[in-house]
Amino acid sequence: MSDTPNIGFVRHEPIPPSAPPIQQAGMVKWMRENLFSNWINSILTILSIYFVAKIILASTPWMWNGVWTTSSLRECREVLQGTSGACWSVLAERWNQMLFGFKYPVEAYWRPTLAFVLLLVCIAPILFQKLPRNMLIFSAIYPFLAFWLIWGGTVLTPVVVAVSLIAGYLAFVKIERLTGFATGLLSGVVAVALVLYLGSFVTAALPEFIALEPVASRDMGGFMLNLILGTVCVSLSIPLGIILALGRQSNMPIIKGICVVFIEFIRGVPLITLLFVANVVLSYFFPPGTNLDLILRVIIMITLFSAAYIAEVIRGGLAALPRGQYEAADSLGLDYPQAMRLIILPQALKISIPGIVNVAVGLFKDTTLVSVISMFDLVGMIRGPISSSTAWTGIYWELYLFAILLFFVVCYGISQYSQWLERQLRTDHH
Amino acid sequence: MKKTVFLGALTVAGLAAGLVSAGTLDDVKARGKLNCGVTTGVPGFAEPDANGVWQGFDVAVCRAVAAAVLGDNMAVEFVPTTGKTRFTALASGEIDLLARNTTWTMSRDVDLKFEFVGVNYYDGQGFMVPASLGVSSAAELDGATVCIQTGTTTELNLADFFRANGISYEPVPIETGSEAAQLFLAGSCDVYTTDRSALAAQRANFPNPDDYVVLPDVVSKEPLGPLVRHGDNDWGDIARWTLNALITAEELGVTSDNIAEMSAGTNNPEINRLLGSEGTLGEMLGLDAEWAKRAIMSGGNYGEVFESNIGAATNIGLSRGLNAQWKDGGLIYSPPFR
Repeated sequence: MSDTPNIGFVRHEPIPPSAPPIQQAGMVKWMRENLFSNWINSILTILSIYFVAKIILASTPWMWNGVWTTSSLRECREVLQGTSGACWSVLAERWNQMLFGFKYPVEAYWRPTLAFVLLLVCIAPILFQKLPRNMLIFSAIYPFLAFWLIWGGTVLTPVVVAVSLIAGYLAFVKIERLTGFATGLLSGVVAVALVLYLGSFVTAALPEFIALEPVASRDMGGFMLNLILGTVCVSLSIPLGIILALGRQSNMPIIKGICVVFIEFIRGVPLITLLFVANVVLSYFFPPGTNLDLILRVIIMITLFSAAYIAEVIRGGLAALPRGQYEAADSLGLDYPQAMRLIILPQALKISIPGIVNVAVGLFKDTTLVSVISMFDLVGMIRGPISSSTAWTGIYWELYLFAILLFFVVCYGISQYSQWLERQLRTDHH
Repeated sequence: MKKTVFLGALTVAGLAAGLVSAGTLDDVKARGKLNCGVTTGVPGFAEPDANGVWQGFDVAVCRAVAAAVLGDNMAVEFVPTTGKTRFTALASGEIDLLARNTTWTMSRDVDLKFEFVGVNYYDGQGFMVPASLGVSSAAELDGATVCIQTGTTTELNLADFFRANGISYEPVPIETGSEAAQLFLAGSCDVYTTDRSALAAQRANFPNPDDYVVLPDVVSKEPLGPLVRHGDNDWGDIARWTLNALITAEELGVTSDNIAEMSAGTNNPEINRLLGSEGTLGEMLGLDAEWAKRAIMSGGNYGEVFESNIGAATNIGLSRGLNAQWKDGGLIYSPPFR
């Protein structure tokens, strides 16, 4: 046996797999499948690449070559000597004006900045359920703190308002237990009014008590104004929208009628018309000395406007709930407010989130419309004082690119959050 | 209950409106600030600088009135208005004085119930075209697209001019001057029309000013001036004579440099009356004797205000033209201080 010739060759390991044909692997395969799968797609791909490259090649040197340190557009042109380049100096010089408007006192810039940082702290526990729940206490305090920081004046004003709301809430809870929802609500409102009335004497007596330098509403401007309007109007219009949506579904004809007329009227009118009414028409009704703050008028109008839209979104959510949910609530013996608070609204609002976020993003961008009624929000600052100043008239791209960037960051953030939230709240399958 | 409150508020509103229109001067003094309506920004005429302080030719009128009435030329609350909101702001009492290069027309004076207190700039509507268009007169602009600001007299003048010449045009309506200039530069319209002062100011900041020409045609009279509400003539007098004081000061050679020594008394009795060392002109207005002195010191006389904001040495680079003193062949003329 030992002399058995060693016949044949037995391979001990498998042949290493040869690389796939170059056309079927990696980058090339991906490109063949996604970019050049047929001749139409190939042409479109090449055209797209051509235009993207053209834009990048044209804009990058322009951006990179930009001038940051001059004090007027003419100087920019002198520095650039006819070469292509952006005049970013306008951003450097008018940075504060674009963020805060041109009349907010410079030494008080820290106040709106701090208010903005605290805003992030305030909304964090609302946006993210995993954060400790007692952070919500700060969220409740925040509106009053922010008002005090941004508008200044004595700290007593927001404190009185806060106390009145607490009093109203306590009155509501106590009376509701005894007599029911409607009388509870009424007594809550009475309590708020009473405390506000009494508190006005206190604030009048101590205007200097822990006071910051007061800033008038008309001095607000820049991106700060957009943020104020956006935040305030969204947060006010959601509760109002819920009430309107419920009212529209109500069985009581008068309440239903009021809600339907309100919603349909507001939805039938452009926002810009409401803003003109707020600015122009209302000033005829108010006595000249006591004119209601312009920002307040605008906030009311934008809030009403977005509340009507949010109401329709939420009504969609309510309609999407199966009837069984309503019947289940009834069969548990819950009354109407309880059924809504505990069973219907939590589900309906969850369904409505994408729609509400959509309205919120749209609303935030719509706040730039106030530039038309000569309020200097970010766009108003750019359109008015900055591009009409002797030094900077003739500048457009740099300013509007900056505005686009600011708005994009905020709106993209909001929409990413809402997508994340939808994934979190998904209950159909895991 | 709400209804009663509302009706009550309306009544109070009516009463207060009646009271207010009776004494703008007292209101301004009580408030300690003059509410002055200006543009949202026209280069050289009204613009906030990098520190947020309003500067400009129209702004100087507000500051002079504030200096005369309140003794402080910074005691002005500037209320920016657009072409659409300016008249309601004045009529509703939100502002005491509108100094917003507004053209004095009969219907604004009579029908809108305003009172123009004078003219601080004589302007006229002109046309700017690219030099490459090869047009030498506005009458050759048949079929042109025209960039124009809405809500202004220029819009109406344009229609009149083209109709009178029997030629057609296509308007491109625009909200602000800077947007109009941008669209014009981008070629969205063949012609940009507005007051010649604004054309000159914007052309000066174009990348290539020489590629654009302002046509010689002046198609309208645009006397721009500050205005107040009807019904308070005392207040109107203060605004009118403050403007006249600036004009007279230039005519008499009173400048911000020599006003200190001149106010001690000169040989010229009109200067003495103007600056308050003689006569009781200030008292007649309900102000003190030195009202005009303060108004002039706030930004200089009319000529100084012109030169420092829009004159030949500035970026705007306007020549005096019609706005020279009457002695120099212009239209700027003040009634005598007597």
